[in-house]
Amino acid sequence: MSTGYGLLERGRPRRRRIDNGQRPGWLGYGFLTAVLLGSMFPLYWSFLIGSGDASTINQQDIVWWPGGNFLSNAAAVLAADAVNFWRALGNSIIVSTVVSASVVLFSTLAGFAFAKLRFRGRNGLLVFVIATMAVPTQLGVVPLFIAMSQLQLAGTLWAVILPAVVSAFGVFWMTQYLSQALPYELIEAARVDGASMIRTFWSVALPAARPAAAMLALFTFIATWTNFFWPFIVLDRQNPTLPVALSLLQSNYFVDYSIVMAGVILSTIPLLILFVVAGRHLVSGIMQGAVKG
Amino acid sequence: MSTVTAPERSVRRVAFSQTLSRWDVKVSPYLYISPFFILFAITGLFPLVYTAWVSVHEWNLIGGQGDFVGFDNFAFVLSNPPFWIALRNTFSIFLISAVPQIILALLIAAVLDRNLRAKTFWRMGVLLPYVVAPVAVTLIFSNMFGDQYGLINNLLGDLGIDPIGWHSEVLPSHIAIATMVNFRWTGYTALILLAGMQAIPRDYYEAAMIDGAGTVRQFFSITIPQLRPTLIFVIVTSTIGGLQIFDEPRLYDTAGQGGASSQWMTITIYLYNLGWGQLNFGRAAAVAWLLFLIIVIVGLLNVVITRSIARAS
Repeated sequence: MSTGYGLLERGRPRRRRIDNGQRPGWLGYGFLTAVLLGSMFPLYWSFLIGSGDASTINQQDIVWWPGGNFLSNAAAVLAADAVNFWRALGNSIIVSTVVSASVVLFSTLAGFAFAKLRFRGRNGLLVFVIATMAVPTQLGVVPLFIAMSQLQLAGTLWAVILPAVVSAFGVFWMTQYLSQALPYELIEAARVDGASMIRTFWSVALPAARPAAAMLALFTFIATWTNFFWPFIVLDRQNPTLPVALSLLQSNYFVDYSIVMAGVILSTIPLLILFVVAGRHLVSGIMQGAVKG
Repeated sequence: MSTVTAPERSVRRVAFSQTLSRWDVKVSPYLYISPFFILFAITGLFPLVYTAWVSVHEWNLIGGQGDFVGFDNFAFVLSNPPFWIALRNTFSIFLISAVPQIILALLIAAVLDRNLRAKTFWRMGVLLPYVVAPVAVTLIFSNMFGDQYGLINNLLGDLGIDPIGWHSEVLPSHIAIATMVNFRWTGYTALILLAGMQAIPRDYYEAAMIDGAGTVRQFFSITIPQLRPTLIFVIVTSTIGGLQIFDEPRLYDTAGQGGASSQWMTITIYLYNLGWGQLNFGRAAAVAWLLFLIIVIVGLLNVVITRSIARAS
């Protein structure tokens, strides 16, 4: 944003308001503060319960300060036989990392071709990609499950990874980005220097795609990490991802909610760290047109 | 390229390398897009199409494919009362979540669009819930909405209001589940709308101000109509996601059946119970196809309605 008050400067001129000034008053800040507290409160509440004991939630008087049992509750979660929490954490890391890496690779490859190469049928195929972005592929779970069972993959991490290795949205996103971030001159220069197509992709397109690729990786990672429906169907209880493990925790420990909430906190910590580190990139990614899914 | 040229480089060899290079230019694009198309065909498109095949057969988990039964599975589902209850619940939860979410997100975006101090801080703040998995959100809220000792009923009790049956009654359970969806998505939606708002030329507002339009009038006469494409996008994506809702209702209680008398059983839970509860894949596939059709129809309806509303204002 520009900093002056001129209406004719380059970039986006600031909106000038005569009535209530440019800066929102206490009402605007008050409203945002309320939204912020609403965003944070449920997490605080889960920590409150997760640091108490079994009797905490059965009290008529609400406790507003955390108790001292969080670590022992967390230890109980990690030691619970029914849940296999460490394994779930490892599985979630593996699945989310592999899926993000493959989505980024295939999306960048296809995005490069759609954005910068001429070939017959390009426009038709790109329209097809955009159309499939709206297709609820989740609804293919029945045949997908049958296929995974017949391939002997049901219960393994491959069953969760394979259906997610490509993303129509990813292709669209990289196409959009590369068509404006990668000048034709660069590609032509590489070609004139005798670089093959794949060499051009590797040393010209890939470096140019890095910012968009990082964002795509971030969103894919979060979406995969939080996904529940398909992993819940296809994974067995001994080999869960974190959300599946949480659902097991709930059905085994619903008498002691402090354990369940400690599990909720434990499973959320990795993404909270990611949020602290990369939150601003998430914000700009969404504002550049990220899509749910 | 190397500066040393081989003295006896044959003409044919040059020709061959040129052929190779031309080939490279011709074939490469298809090579680069093929991984996406091949893998999407196998993992995305084929299952969806094959669902139709499964849905017209007798099919169970143990025996696999059985006889061709035509539309029997569809007939069973459509004459099965739980399907209609699930349909009602799904739409009810969807409306109770989508409408307030978009209104609140518009408000948040309008405030964020002002000239704030610590812009990034506020934007990150509203996005925090997005990194909490729906499963985790559900476990937290399910506890807060506890019928007996829940936080919400406790607070209501302090105000002298009788406890509400968040788990036992239909509408309160829908409100609780809609609250979970909105907790996670409102900030996200607000940022998408904010991006749309920032693309509106500022001189429109200048002109409106000169004409004497106040903040509210500007919002309804400029912001909303200009946001039409963004609004359509938000509404369509939340329809596609919202009608498939599973995580929240599944984990709202420990049984996962959508309530003792199906108060909050949604279509996806019904599908799951047919397929992985009763092991009847033919019927589950029929439900998947019906839901697919419903999503397409509602999505198109949304586009039409949003267009006319935005035009009217």
